[in-house]
Amino acid sequence: MLSLMHFVILSVILFSIGIFGVLTRRNAIGILMSLELIFNAININMVAFSKFLTPDNIYGEIFTIFIITVATAESVLGLAIILAIYRMRQKIYADEMNLMKW
Amino acid sequence: MDNIILTGILIPVMPFLAFLLIVSITKRFKLLSAIISITAIFISLILSIVVLNWQLKNPGMHLKYDLPWLYLNNLKMHIGIIINSLTCIMLLVVTTVSFLVQVYSIGYMKGDDGFSKFFAFISLFSFSMLGIVIADNLLQLYIFWELVGLCSYLLIGFWYYKPEAAEAGKKAFIVTRFGDFGFLIGILIVSYLAGSFDFVDIENFIKAGNISDKLLTIIVILLFSGAVGKSGQFPLHIWLPDAMEGPTPVSALIHAATMVAAGVFMVARLFPIFSSSPDAMLVVAYIGGFTALFSATIALAQNDIKRVLAYSTLSQLGYMMLALGAGGYVAGMFHLYTHAFFKALLFLCAGSVIHSLHTNDIWQMGGLHKKMPITSITFLIAALAISGIFPLSGFFSKDEILLTVLHSGNKVLYYAALFTAFLTAFYMFRLYFVTFFGKEKEESHCHESPAVMTVPLILLALLAIVAGFVGLPGKFSIYNFLFLEHPEEVKMDYGVAITSNIVAISGILLAFIIYGIRILSPDTIREKAGFVYTILKNKYYIDEIYLFFIRTVYYNLTEGIKWFDRHIVDGAVNLVAFLCRWSGNKLKFTITGRVQNYALIIVAGLIFVILAIYIFMPDLIFAGGVK
Repeated sequence: MLSLMHFVILSVILFSIGIFGVLTRRNAIGILMSLELIFNAININMVAFSKFLTPDNIYGEIFTIFIITVATAESVLGLAIILAIYRMRQKIYADEMNLMKW
Repeated sequence: MDNIILTGILIPVMPFLAFLLIVSITKRFKLLSAIISITAIFISLILSIVVLNWQLKNPGMHLKYDLPWLYLNNLKMHIGIIINSLTCIMLLVVTTVSFLVQVYSIGYMKGDDGFSKFFAFISLFSFSMLGIVIADNLLQLYIFWELVGLCSYLLIGFWYYKPEAAEAGKKAFIVTRFGDFGFLIGILIVSYLAGSFDFVDIENFIKAGNISDKLLTIIVILLFSGAVGKSGQFPLHIWLPDAMEGPTPVSALIHAATMVAAGVFMVARLFPIFSSSPDAMLVVAYIGGFTALFSATIALAQNDIKRVLAYSTLSQLGYMMLALGAGGYVAGMFHLYTHAFFKALLFLCAGSVIHSLHTNDIWQMGGLHKKMPITSITFLIAALAISGIFPLSGFFSKDEILLTVLHSGNKVLYYAALFTAFLTAFYMFRLYFVTFFGKEKEESHCHESPAVMTVPLILLALLAIVAGFVGLPGKFSIYNFLFLEHPEEVKMDYGVAITSNIVAISGILLAFIIYGIRILSPDTIREKAGFVYTILKNKYYIDEIYLFFIRTVYYNLTEGIKWFDRHIVDGAVNLVAFLCRWSGNKLKFTITGRVQNYALIIVAGLIFVILAIYIFMPDLIFAGGVK
């Protein structure tokens, strides 16, 4: 039988992979994908806690749907920015995007 | 809403509309501006008579109407109007004098570049002054109080290109500030305690004995300091004589009849509050009595016609304060009412003389009686009225004051008041004889003023004669009209009346002997009095004392404060700015522009926070979930 702990551990693993991806990938699209992993880790947490701790209501599930929607919108924005950068510089390495500084 | 209330609100609104109209549209059309202003104040005058008529039919009644303005916790601020007998009298005085002075100003200000501006300011002043009169709470009173101060400043400095006028305006504003500051503190304390600015609420609150005697005395003296500043009582009297730099109609309206009387009016309005503190009342009486005597003596030795009148105004205001302090609510207001007419008349006569001679120095005048008969005769009437000669208006009110002071049992103040009456008669007739009789100056080619100036003089002279008759017992007696709880008994004391008349007449005779037929030459007296004369001539050196104090103590103090401000306060601010810039310069190198570096710092921070919680507040994690 699956317990709450299993879900939490799965979510921790996903979250860590996501963080690792965000911090280490050079490719901006890779960073975006890792961000999606983080979001999903959180979604799993939400649903799991909702299911196990307050089975009577579905607030957690509703929030998850919101998060998915918002995350999608953010990804679209991110992809659009990356596309614009690609057109300008012909490459999308995150470590070379360093114009916004002193 | 009651019709009377609406009428009462319209009274101050009319001049305000005139002000707006003149400033925004008709500024370029001089005569039109004057007509608008005069029409507005004339409507106010008619409306005041309507209100007075209503009050005469319903004696002792008062009407009140207010709207909520701002509620802060339990401090309620209203904006409203109160109509009672006090309001009615003051409305009538302000609108009448203002109307006559404005008509007079058409002649006096003729050809002045600022003709429209003058009428705009006078209208604004009338609005503010009427606002004080109808205000039903302290806050509103204070707002209009400051507005009349502003108008006074604007009109004293009307000829701002004259340095003395500009200086005098500043002096008036700054000196009055001292009093207003105390007034504001008094208002804030009493309204904070009572939880309301409303006169009636505060009155009830104090009558219920909620404030200790000591605190009440302090509050009342603070409130009184506002009146000291505005009404030019000692030691804040120094601004009023200098205020004579303004145009003479302004001196007549603002610095003789209405604005300076605002302090007296305020004390009368708050009379229930003042009278609940006997100690403070004694202070009011002594300051009033002292000012009356003090400025009367200064007036003896002044040579500027307007300055003599200014010191006379101070002296008469002191008289009113003395009456109020001695408990004579009716006496003080009665004198305010009669004084407004004859003092405005005196100033307008002086203006008429100045207008044709272009000098203020009385020794440059002389023999004007033949050339300016109307001015001379109206001046004589006003001088007789202010001296308190029966049966002119000044007699009734002055008599009432003397009687009140006598009945209060304070012999010192009574004799001071009586001596002041003597001095008043003396210096007024010194002025009269020197100006209108004596040797004619040959080079003077003066002439009587135009009708637009003499008609207001004649009307005011009529008022100066008849205004006092309300002091007679009877149906229309002021005692049956102006009272707090129940009408005062009319007390006629022939002893006091005859004494005051003898004193006044002897003052006039002395002036006649010295300045009229010159049995005693003024010059020999001046030499005999030598030392005293110098002191009086220099107004007891009060201005010099203030100046000395400012130069030695105040400037050094401000030097110290300036140093503290420049180095300590500004230094602290500059230090913060410097630290920010310095640290920003160093820290800017952490901003690499690479988004992943930022993310790393965020994650590191997160881990750091979790570790900190793990180490310092393990309960939060191991308590078995969120509580």
